[in-house]
Amino acid sequence: MRVSVQSAPFDLGAEANGFSEGVSEGASGAGAVVTFTGVVRDLAQGGLEAMEIEHYPGMTEKAITAIAEEAAHRWALSDVLVIHRHGRLRPGEMIMMVATAAPHRAHAFEAAEYLMDYLKSRAPFWKKEIAAGGAEWVAAKAEDEDALDRW
Amino acid sequence: MDVLYFAWVRERIGLPRETVETGAATVSDLVNELSARETRYAAAFADLAALRVALDQELSDFDAPLAGVREVAFFPPMTGG
Repeated sequence: MRVSVQSAPFDLGAEANGFSEGVSEGASGAGAVVTFTGVVRDLAQGGLEAMEIEHYPGMTEKAITAIAEEAAHRWALSDVLVIHRHGRLRPGEMIMMVATAAPHRAHAFEAAEYLMDYLKSRAPFWKKEIAAGGAEWVAAKAEDEDALDRW
Repeated sequence: MDVLYFAWVRERIGLPRETVETGAATVSDLVNELSARETRYAAAFADLAALRVALDQELSDFDAPLAGVREVAFFPPMTGG
């Protein structure tokens, strides 16, 4: 399991390849790897200059590790990877990725969805949209909180 | 204890962290104490339903006791992912 909170960009291909290597070996060998990547959307229809992501150093790593450990336990995952960036990102840049490895795909998909639902509402990140007209904090959505109920 | 503020709570109060000498028994008591200090605190803590609190880097709630706590953080609902 690896959790990385970083300002630097990551190489999705290299991360996915590195993660997939070796997951098929051993008693908990995986036959399925799922990856999800979040990208900065230009919600302001061309007007978004940047997305500023603030976080709580120390708590962020702990909270993500706890979420990843819970996912690994619930779905008997062979491995989990979470990378989440902070700082100033431009539209189109990759914000974060998760990767899950499990013997069968249903578990890998479910675990990835679980990770995403929890990262949205329980990992201490706050997004601010910087546009030509000003800057605004992104409000948490009620449906993101409701999404946790299904788990 | 150290009190930390994030996102718009940090902006409204005007600082990211401070050390507070307090005898507050619970998080709510601390919020009342801070709110009584200056209007910028009162403005930040006006609607507790819009706020979350973490005690020693674990999510908690406003009724929680502060005994033994070293770090309190206030912030809006998280928007990760």
